[in-house]
Amino acid sequence: MLSLQVNGESHSVDVPPDMPLLWVLRDVIGLMGTKFGCGIAQCGACTVHLDGQAVRSCVLPVGSIGTKAVTTIETVGKTPSGQKIQQAWLDVDVVQCGYCQSGQIMSATALLDRTLNPTDADIDAAMSGNICRCGTYVRIRAAIKQAATGKLDILQTIVTPPAAASAAPNTPVGASS
Amino acid sequence: MTLKIGKSKTPVDATPETVDLGRRRAIQSGGLAVAFLWLGSTGVASAMASATRQAGDDAAALADGNPPFAPNAFIRIDADGSIRLVMPSVEMGQGIYTGISMLIAEELGIGMDQLKVEHSPPSLALYGMPALGGQITGGSTSTRSEWQILREAGAVARVLLVSAAATQWKVDPASCTVERAVIHHAPSGRSLGFGAVATAAGKLPMPNPLPPLKDPKDFVLIGKPLRRVDSSDKINGVTQFGLDVKVPGMKIAAVKECPTFAGVLASLDDKAARAMPGVVDVLRIGNAVAVVGDHYWAAKKGLEALDIQWDLGVNANLSTKQLRDALADSARNGKSIVAKETGSRPATGTTVDAVYQLPMLAHATMEPLNATVSVTADQCEIWTGTQVPTRCVDVAVKITGLPEEKIVLHNQYLGGGFGRRLETDQVEQALAFAKQVKYPLKVVWSREEDIRHDRVRPMYHDLISAVVNADGLPVWFGARTSGGTVLGRWAPMAMGKNGLDSDAVECLDELPYEIPNLKVEWIRHDMPPGLIVGWWRGVGPTHNLFVVESFIDELAHRAGKDAVAFRRAMLQKNPRTLALLNLAAEKSGWGSALPARVGRGIALGEPFGSRVCAVVEVEVTPQGEVRLRRVVVALDCGIGVNPSSIEAQVQGGLLFGLSAALYSGITIKNGAIEQSNFNDYRNLRINETPLIEVHRIENLESPGGLGEVGTAIAAPALANAIFAATGVRLHELPVDWTQLARDADALMSVASVGKNVEGDLV
Repeated sequence: MLSLQVNGESHSVDVPPDMPLLWVLRDVIGLMGTKFGCGIAQCGACTVHLDGQAVRSCVLPVGSIGTKAVTTIETVGKTPSGQKIQQAWLDVDVVQCGYCQSGQIMSATALLDRTLNPTDADIDAAMSGNICRCGTYVRIRAAIKQAATGKLDILQTIVTPPAAASAAPNTPVGASS
Repeated sequence: MTLKIGKSKTPVDATPETVDLGRRRAIQSGGLAVAFLWLGSTGVASAMASATRQAGDDAAALADGNPPFAPNAFIRIDADGSIRLVMPSVEMGQGIYTGISMLIAEELGIGMDQLKVEHSPPSLALYGMPALGGQITGGSTSTRSEWQILREAGAVARVLLVSAAATQWKVDPASCTVERAVIHHAPSGRSLGFGAVATAAGKLPMPNPLPPLKDPKDFVLIGKPLRRVDSSDKINGVTQFGLDVKVPGMKIAAVKECPTFAGVLASLDDKAARAMPGVVDVLRIGNAVAVVGDHYWAAKKGLEALDIQWDLGVNANLSTKQLRDALADSARNGKSIVAKETGSRPATGTTVDAVYQLPMLAHATMEPLNATVSVTADQCEIWTGTQVPTRCVDVAVKITGLPEEKIVLHNQYLGGGFGRRLETDQVEQALAFAKQVKYPLKVVWSREEDIRHDRVRPMYHDLISAVVNADGLPVWFGARTSGGTVLGRWAPMAMGKNGLDSDAVECLDELPYEIPNLKVEWIRHDMPPGLIVGWWRGVGPTHNLFVVESFIDELAHRAGKDAVAFRRAMLQKNPRTLALLNLAAEKSGWGSALPARVGRGIALGEPFGSRVCAVVEVEVTPQGEVRLRRVVVALDCGIGVNPSSIEAQVQGGLLFGLSAALYSGITIKNGAIEQSNFNDYRNLRINETPLIEVHRIENLESPGGLGEVGTAIAAPALANAIFAATGVRLHELPVDWTQLARDADALMSVASVGKNVEGDLV
């Protein structure tokens, strides 16, 4: 029996220690937001945080985690960086099929946590491990920058379209605060 | 009945009693769409969606919570005023749930924040769309085929709700207005929400004739960049994809199919696997095995512990080269079907020839294939993400022997489709395993299974020629294109009477350019048994636009003309596309100076009822590595429903096409696909992605397709840019970087570091 700290809760799981965290999260604990994409740490769909660090859960043996805190997409929005990233993701409407986006958001949040104002090179370095087959990369880059700076430099989507023509783009977090 | 394939100037003549002019206009273009219209008109798929209530609607609404107001298959309004919209197409990233919601909401008179969306159940009668002759999401047809009917559906509902309120108030319905799901009567200052009149409205007869639709100038939603209806759940990890389905008592299976095409299982020793902790069962079907576990990891470990002997079958020695050689022979010597012939080949003039070859491609959707199935004596339930819900039901009937009404399909959000989920093979396999056990079974394909058992985009071999005049302009264009047919297997009824696959020649038989004489032939070349080819994003146009636009570029170079000026000369009678070419040239700074080994390439086309022109700018390092610097796209897709989705689809579609052109090719060795995962089936990543600007020409033409437009135009613009940068003409994809090194000395120097490195390294 292993004890895991996931999203602030303690879970006792009866699994072999070589079982990757991904499958413990999905098939044992039942948190389905973390995705299976490749199983060999090539696509990043399974990215979660281990004490705030982005890791690929599909190759992370659960027995190696110990007391480190696991954070998944389900609660990353409770952190300041996660909240900013998710809001920017909404404001520029990043998602398409959405399957890779849990991993993209976890990687982007970890980046923003350690780099207040990421450059293009920082974004390349932090995000190149996350594949998106829909090709949302242009908006991912824009959303990370928007989350960091609050500056709107790409088409903003409208949340609640108005009766009148006075629709204003949604104000991103960071721009108003 | 005569049926024009491609961009007919005359409306398509199809079942005129049920297809009105607006809808005909919306679907008049696109070989794949037209092919299926043919299918519809043969009566095979005659039952189709309607804006008004039809026979199956009562039962469908009853099964969907029995709302008091369900005027058609798309709209449910509950007594508490909540509004649910049922989506006739499936959401695989293309944003169609948002587009559909906007079309309905525009006429219904609600805000996008006031609705919830639902997947549709399988029903040809309620959700079948004419463009593809069924409940099928593909071929970039959804908006084209739903543009009219879904606005009508919204208008019908609004008229009924207003009528109920006006009756209650004893006022003229014409004196009422609707705003954000509330009906107002301004003269008396009264208001009623939709929920308050839902029951009364549900008892009213259908309006006849259908109410008039809004003038486009009065649109409040259509044309605005609105947030996707599925964004919020997708950023929180809440969206349920097929792989996320949880059913009580469910077990999970890892599977392995015989690696060779048409191979079968010979023998299996499962003793070690069965002894492993967490392994529940080992199952066999003709060509595959499954290990069932309490969780996927146990199943996967069990699968690895199996000792499997395969009978590799007739393809045991098959290789890519054998396939290529046979295809090339067909292209040269095979019997062709003439897709189109206009005029004749001039006796004089200079002939220019080229041969193009394109590889097989895998789809590699981010969500690997999967299906969850529960089979009992009297019912079969299926949970999966599919582009073809009714086809899933059909295969379940066949495999379980249960009648159609006992098959329940729960469609899910799709973690990418790209044509892969137009197939039902993952459902068929899951059914065959699940009917052997008493518990619900989730069958999960590993990434390796997903790629090795893809239904690949076919390989192609094209012989292209032109006769050019003294100015180097083509006066005759000839194409012999050859490859496996997807349509011929997937919908044989939709093949032309002469055996022509209209998808195979889309964007080849109808060129945007003024070329007086033309002959386009298609040679059907079937792949060996078991090598099943499938639809891949961009379908026929992705292949044909690469060929045509690469060749036009070759002709321009041969004539010593600028690539834009050369095309411009042939577009004088095609003002819509000429305007796009000019816009793309302007926005890309066409003609301005570039550093050495940097080049711009242009390509244009008219796929899927839209028009597109892309300029790709690349740098090719001295060592031959290709770097994307910038992409500029000009687009004319007629009326745009959601500009945000349009931009996203064009950007994403282009990257999908660029990714394939730069990196992707499926090869075969010893009868099996050699690639297996993202390490050897490489994909474009964010650090390789340039800025992609999308510029639209806005007009009130009927909406064109969008999901595949960017993909179809990507490869030729890239190849032309590489030519401009290096002088090397690519006749094959993916890009072979070894051809692109500046010279042998460059290969000896150290590779450039970082992006956009201009000039040499020392």
